Amino acid sequence: MPATQDFHRWPDAHGRFGAYGGSYVAETLMAPLAELTEAYQRLRQDPDFLAELDRDLKYYVGRPSPIYHAERLSQHVGGAQILLKREDLNHTGAHKINNTIGQALVARRMGKRRVIAETGAGQHGVASATVAARFGMKCVVYMGAVDIERQKINVYRMKLLGAEVVPVTSGSKTLKDALNEAMRDWVTNVADTFYIIGTVAGPHPYPQMVRDFNAIVGREAREQMLEGYGRLPDAITACVGGGSNAIGLFHAFLNDAGVRIVGAEAAGEGIATGRHAASLAAGRPGVLHGNRTYVLCDDKGQVTETHSVSAGLDYPGVGPEHAFLKDAGRAEYVGVTDDEALEAFHLLARTEGILAALESSHAVAQAMKLAREYPKDALVLCNLSGRGDKDVHTIAAREGITL
Amino acid sequence: MNRIESRFFRLQQAGRTGLIPFVTAGDPAPEHAVALMHALVAAGADLIELGVPFSDPMADGPVIQHASERAIARGVGLGDVLRWVAQFRQHDADTPVVLMGYLNPIELHGYARFAQDAAKAGVDGVLIVDCPLEESAVLEPLRAAGLQQILLAAPTTAPARMVKLCEAARGFLYYVSFAGITGAARLSTADIAARVAEVRAVAKAPVAVGFGVRDAASAKAIAGFADAVVIGSALVERLAGATEADEIAARAHAFLAPIRAALDVP
Repeated sequence: MPATQDFHRWPDAHGRFGAYGGSYVAETLMAPLAELTEAYQRLRQDPDFLAELDRDLKYYVGRPSPIYHAERLSQHVGGAQILLKREDLNHTGAHKINNTIGQALVARRMGKRRVIAETGAGQHGVASATVAARFGMKCVVYMGAVDIERQKINVYRMKLLGAEVVPVTSGSKTLKDALNEAMRDWVTNVADTFYIIGTVAGPHPYPQMVRDFNAIVGREAREQMLEGYGRLPDAITACVGGGSNAIGLFHAFLNDAGVRIVGAEAAGEGIATGRHAASLAAGRPGVLHGNRTYVLCDDKGQVTETHSVSAGLDYPGVGPEHAFLKDAGRAEYVGVTDDEALEAFHLLARTEGILAALESSHAVAQAMKLAREYPKDALVLCNLSGRGDKDVHTIAAREGITL
Repeated sequence: MNRIESRFFRLQQAGRTGLIPFVTAGDPAPEHAVALMHALVAAGADLIELGVPFSDPMADGPVIQHASERAIARGVGLGDVLRWVAQFRQHDADTPVVLMGYLNPIELHGYARFAQDAAKAGVDGVLIVDCPLEESAVLEPLRAAGLQQILLAAPTTAPARMVKLCEAARGFLYYVSFAGITGAARLSTADIAARVAEVRAVAKAPVAVGFGVRDAASAKAIAGFADAVVIGSALVERLAGATEADEIAARAHAFLAPIRAALDVP
């Protein structure tokens, strides 16, 4: 069944996905963004660049990542077969490196020797520190003070990789504040600095570039499905914070109208409680961090503080392409609570021997819900975007265990 | 003629450099916000830039971000800011007021409704930090209501783009004197002078220079080649913590009067 429109034609020349996206930034950033846009539009069609990227994805990241049939989990749920795209098996343990390796290669081709990044859960920070070490670049990572506290292991990991981690104490001291601070650094040091944004948000060309680098996930998965199962999945799902792993999986399937696409947002303690991070399910169109998208904000336009057990989903905006896909009706976005994610975490650990990241556990929980809606011969593909080792302390603390 | 234009016209006639203080609306004390605006005028302000508090002020430094946070914590929003401008206008019909802020509060207020409310309150212009010329189509209702969109130009602005900005500039063009956030201390006067001279050669609108101006000496240095000087973070820092109207006015005066005097020395 063909799709009703070509979803692969976005963004347009202005970086817009329908009504969303764009470049809502201060004048000082217009020139660096124009320089980056020019460089990236050239590189994304440069065979040399793409070959270099492919080599690093294969020999450094360890791609392709397999699709694993979670048979015991599927049996336990008692519905469709749950398949896991194992991005947790990548070098550094998450999908984030697909993007950072790509952006570091862009930075190198642009002659920038210093890279900066913002991070929430620390996964993007680690992935940025990793590629900076790999390419001999100086790396500064901005991280909210609250996140530093709940992700100590990743903070230390970044330091081991030679990065400087700068605590951000403004605002809610989480991901959005780290992003503000990184933008400030970039504005001040544009001449030698490349800003590696970790998600499909921010001003153009970031939503496009980060999507392109993560789209390898969906391209591989689509081929692996056809090869291994002889058909496309009935439904695919991934967790959505900023939305990079989700768009990475979704993009290759957007024009396959028979594939149902579901994004799992962090419903925290429940959307009705207000303590959540479900921008698409409960937010409204606004402008944040350089793009028009769905934003969690109050009636005065102030961005509200979000909550999720997983730092990586704790973000009040979302990538503009997701906003577009929601309005276009091509993808559904639903909330998964902290408790549901934790239950999925434990179930996956005990039935399959896989510790999923808390972020990815939201996707697993959603895959289980989807599996219950379908018969046993249906296929539900879930992006297992990262491994859970970094979350062991958080989970233990939540369950009252001192390690 | 719009209030901004007539103000710059008169400054030019008198051969004076304009003084544009920036304060975050509602900081240091929301109940004295209007009194502070009058105090700024009494201390020599030619135009007031009033910051609309926003939770995520990407292009501002810590001083203004903290001022925003303090104001938001006390419940200040765009509606209050418009109400204060209207109150200010009851006793000051001449001093132009420009609202400076970010797009999201206006988006949530609604562009058409904001345009009406702002014009009615007596706002003369808006400077929206995260709305560059390319994204300005959404601001059409503001222009239709007679509000001027104040555009920013920066040292990083490419020559071809600078020409476009100069053509589009209304009211005045705000030149940010270095590629950084507000309030950081880095300023090479010779560089700025050269760049601003280029801009003034192209722009029909007057050019105000800001970002990093801290005192009479740095303001005076800029006055030699700009139509107006904008002072923000240093003033906001000086006002922080004051609670009484008298004290706020006294601090504003103590800070601005020497700058005004320095600008007025030929």
